[in-house]
Amino acid sequence: MSTGQGSTGVRGPTRARIEARTLRTDRWWQAPLTTFVVFSAFVVYATVRAFMGTDYYAKPYLSPFYSPCLGDCVEGASDFGQPFGWFPLSAALIILVFPLGFRMTCYYYRKSYYRAFWLSPPACGVAEPHASYTGESRFPLVLQNAHRYFWYAAIVVGLILTFDVVLAFRPMPGEYAIGDGETGGVHMGLGTLLMIVNIVLIWLYTLSCHSCRHAVGGRLRHFSKHPVRYRLWTWVSRLNVHHGRFAWYSLFSVALVDLYVLLLATGTIQDLRFF
Amino acid sequence: MSTTSDRHPMTGNEMSGAAEGGTERHQYDVVVVGAGGAGLRAAIAAHEAGARTAVVCKSLLGKAHTVMAEGGIAAAMGNRWPEDSWEVHFRDTMRGGKMLNHWRMAQLHAQEAPERVMELEDWGALFDRTDDGLISQRDFGGHKYARLAHVGDRTGLEMIRTLQQRTVALGIDVFMECTVTDVFKQDGVVSGALAYWRETGRFVLFDTPTVVLATGGIGKSFKVTSNSWEYTGDGHALAMRTGASLINMEFVQFHPTGMVWPPSVKGLLVTESVRGDGGILKNSEGERFMFDYIPEFFRAETADTVEEADAWYEDKKNNRRPPELLPRDEVARAINSEIKAGRGTPHGGIYLDIASRRTPEFIRKRLPSMYHQFKELADVDITREPMEIGPTCHYVMGGVEVDPDTQESAVTGLYAVGECSGGMHGSNRLGGNSLGDLLVFGKRAGESASAYAAGLGATRPQVDEDDVRAARASALAPFEVEGGENPYAIQSDLQQSMNDLVGIIRTGQELQESLDAIEAFKVRAASMKVEGHRQYNPGWHLALDLRNMLLVSESVARAALAREESRGGHTRDDFPGPDPTWGTKNLVVRLDAAGTGVELQEQPLPAMPDELKKYFESK
Amino acid sequence: MGYELKLRVWRGDQDGGDLGDYAVEVSEGEVVLDALHRLQATQAGDLAIRWNCKAGKCGSCSAEINGRPRLLCMTRLSDFDPAETITVTPMRTFPVIRDLVTDVSFNYEKARELPSFAPPPRDADGKRRMAQVDVERGQEFRKCIECFLCQDVCHVVRDHDDNKPAFAGPRFFLRYAELDMHPLDTHDRRELAQGAAGLGMCNITKCCTEVCPEGIKITDNAIIPMKERVVDRRFDPLVWLGSKIGIRTKDYDGRTEV
Repeated sequence: MSTGQGSTGVRGPTRARIEARTLRTDRWWQAPLTTFVVFSAFVVYATVRAFMGTDYYAKPYLSPFYSPCLGDCVEGASDFGQPFGWFPLSAALIILVFPLGFRMTCYYYRKSYYRAFWLSPPACGVAEPHASYTGESRFPLVLQNAHRYFWYAAIVVGLILTFDVVLAFRPMPGEYAIGDGETGGVHMGLGTLLMIVNIVLIWLYTLSCHSCRHAVGGRLRHFSKHPVRYRLWTWVSRLNVHHGRFAWYSLFSVALVDLYVLLLATGTIQDLRFF
Repeated sequence: MSTTSDRHPMTGNEMSGAAEGGTERHQYDVVVVGAGGAGLRAAIAAHEAGARTAVVCKSLLGKAHTVMAEGGIAAAMGNRWPEDSWEVHFRDTMRGGKMLNHWRMAQLHAQEAPERVMELEDWGALFDRTDDGLISQRDFGGHKYARLAHVGDRTGLEMIRTLQQRTVALGIDVFMECTVTDVFKQDGVVSGALAYWRETGRFVLFDTPTVVLATGGIGKSFKVTSNSWEYTGDGHALAMRTGASLINMEFVQFHPTGMVWPPSVKGLLVTESVRGDGGILKNSEGERFMFDYIPEFFRAETADTVEEADAWYEDKKNNRRPPELLPRDEVARAINSEIKAGRGTPHGGIYLDIASRRTPEFIRKRLPSMYHQFKELADVDITREPMEIGPTCHYVMGGVEVDPDTQESAVTGLYAVGECSGGMHGSNRLGGNSLGDLLVFGKRAGESASAYAAGLGATRPQVDEDDVRAARASALAPFEVEGGENPYAIQSDLQQSMNDLVGIIRTGQELQESLDAIEAFKVRAASMKVEGHRQYNPGWHLALDLRNMLLVSESVARAALAREESRGGHTRDDFPGPDPTWGTKNLVVRLDAAGTGVELQEQPLPAMPDELKKYFESK
Repeated sequence: MGYELKLRVWRGDQDGGDLGDYAVEVSEGEVVLDALHRLQATQAGDLAIRWNCKAGKCGSCSAEINGRPRLLCMTRLSDFDPAETITVTPMRTFPVIRDLVTDVSFNYEKARELPSFAPPPRDADGKRRMAQVDVERGQEFRKCIECFLCQDVCHVVRDHDDNKPAFAGPRFFLRYAELDMHPLDTHDRRELAQGAAGLGMCNITKCCTEVCPEGIKITDNAIIPMKERVVDRRFDPLVWLGSKIGIRTKDYDGRTEV
């Protein structure tokens, strides 16, 4: 049996003789194109920001791209010390592998980028351009099976980002147009609000993960013998339906918080303070 | 795995369209015709008894009409009602059939159904459960206790998938999309069968001492039916042509609830579970009319007030059943009367309402297929609006007359099982009894066929080559005709005629008209013409099936004309009540001497032993 | 109400074929299969179509309508503009037999490769006990009507015939998941799912879920959980380490690997 291009797939010799790659009449290219544009934009933005190594901290806000800041970070940004103080490049590069790995191996993102970037397939019922295909059965894509480890890491990252949100309620004397000289109590600014929204979306994304669903109860054969885990599984299953939505929203919110910090740090704007 | 091999290992399909000429030949001990629940259960039993077994079916494996069964499998397992027993099930079955059933079949069925259901579970079926983890059982019309083992409203799918997977696991040969046209005999006993691949038109000859007919029903002879194209009475006709007799052919069950709109799905089944789970019937004036139609025979066990009927769903011990759950023939007749009296819905049906009585969550959980079916096909949300329904031809109680214990017909080596056999259900079948019937008698048929084949040793009946030549020539005849008529037109006229003249309410005059019409169809069919060639040609397939439909239609009409009373699935407007003398006999039809029509004979009911009679004495 | 529907239907066999244009009278409430049947009864008596129940329950009439895998009997004409031409072709993943009928024996071969359910003995009273919550996941998968549209749309075999020997397809991943989640089954099929059935080839692009006429969440509820179970078995160093030192998960107790 020949496996060369042209003799395999929908134009193969045994299939109904139809030349068109697809007979779909709807705008099937719209979804993968949107994904391509948005993801590309995010990747470009995130890469630039991660390599910049500056303007990631505007008291009391730390950009999520740099949290925890474990390298040679600016004063006040490192809440967990600087064990990688010797690291010559941007501190973001030390920790970004975890959220990045989590998202790269995420079942939802995989679907999206296989479709939009690999065109494998670009849309349902639309022939893909590749001559051969082995899927996730071999290196490197077999590494996608490490998703659950990134999920464990994502929980730690989530906790740290939650801590950052708590810190974002700190009043920062001398940094604000009003309330000069404050040293106690709490404050809240637009940055705090953005970080709250972000952390909620991050947690929704992290807890709706398919690996999470498996870990809390999906792996069981007898729900009836584990009522608590069954309950948890039911909750996670309900969230899991929206996993893709949370993936998009949290992507935007992370970028937005970082952008807000960038704008504050460069002095382009001032934080809007609520109290 | 090459797709260009001569024959597919699984389907046996010949891929080349050019190879029309040859006839392939296979040797088996048992050939089962039909791959529904009965056929597969028979094949499994035959294989397990050591026979070389083949299943031959018109469709792909797993597509047979059994998938359409919704409600459940009636079996007195006692999971919900410990007081249920085979005796009660037996009594319900006989009473539902108005005592025309073969008592022995009803008895065997009631006794063996529970174990047959549990076997399905051993093979991977996932039934709905009770709180104790046992197989759940639901209420259905005519059954005293909740006894239908079920999976939502897709029990038939679960059953066929389970049997299919078992068949595959055992490695039984399946000839898919292959139609049997003739059964051959030598010296009065079965010697083989001829079939053709639908895909290539090529013939297949089976050398086999036993043929188990499991071809299902005849519903396709009627215009409004819940049955698929396959239901052309092939087994009924094959049996008659082989010399066997049919029994109870006048009894055709019209299911009370079929869809009436849109036209393209008119007749499609709406499961009885809708009523079992709380649905009620209303006419266009909003009246719950079933209380006006409770027959004397069932008055003692049927609620006569709305309050009692509604209370029954919660407290079955202290209330009687709602009249919506009377046996199907009663409900179908009532609906028919309401529509005739001008109280029908805009599309000519009656309202079946569960929306106003149960929560949307309950409906979606208990009746997912119905929800889906109405949403997709009629754009009706059954959790918000009532359904429009009307009677639809659903099941034929009549079929090949067989020995109750072995399912063997009058012809040695020819067996029949499931809907194409007769006797078990008498004049009316209770919902849920058909799936049990398939399993119980499928197993028995497979075992007895296998035992008979094993007993033959090396001396087997041989197929006569002249018979094969004649059968092939007859099957190919429609290609030879010049300028004849299209089989689709004849089929469509036959369906209309049967629907109008031999439908749910019959009269002597109309039945006579239908017999005249059938004679005219036979003349038209003798000169019908098929376009194209033998490769996957639906026109040709229909032409061959049409011969069976005509024979079966004539059997129904002739028996219906003879039975001058109303009973179960046979209602005569000119003889509205049951007649005790007719209650003592069955009608039997055979092929006439010329081989072109049918002849009729009365036959006394088999005598029930006294120890079973006692179940019917106190009311 | 009624109007003249413009249809393009693929006619032919393995030696060749093309899309033929037809016009057929249709009326309100009809589905694509009705239009094709009318075509068959009036203009093209030998048009090959596979169908049975016409109610979306048997899964016979699978085909592609305007390039999308669908059941002919469940595609309502009212979903289309009356002026639109509807294109109907056979499933493009399987060898064509004639017109709209394809050779789906690939699926039946795959079904034979799958080890069947292996229950333990029944309880002492001759019955089996399973809790409703434990059978519900499997029941979702058993809604499958074997229309094979998921197999048809899956690019792993649709676009790569050479993957057919090594890839069972979504329909059978559903079956693997059903058995692996079965409260009573005594087999451990995870190795087999990953190896012989080619679960690793699936890149979860979800087209199977998109086309499923039964609305089964094939990817989220069967394939991904099955992939996670394979990770438990194969790619989880903690599990591996645990089994080395005698601590292991009890999920698979009493199961033998096949």
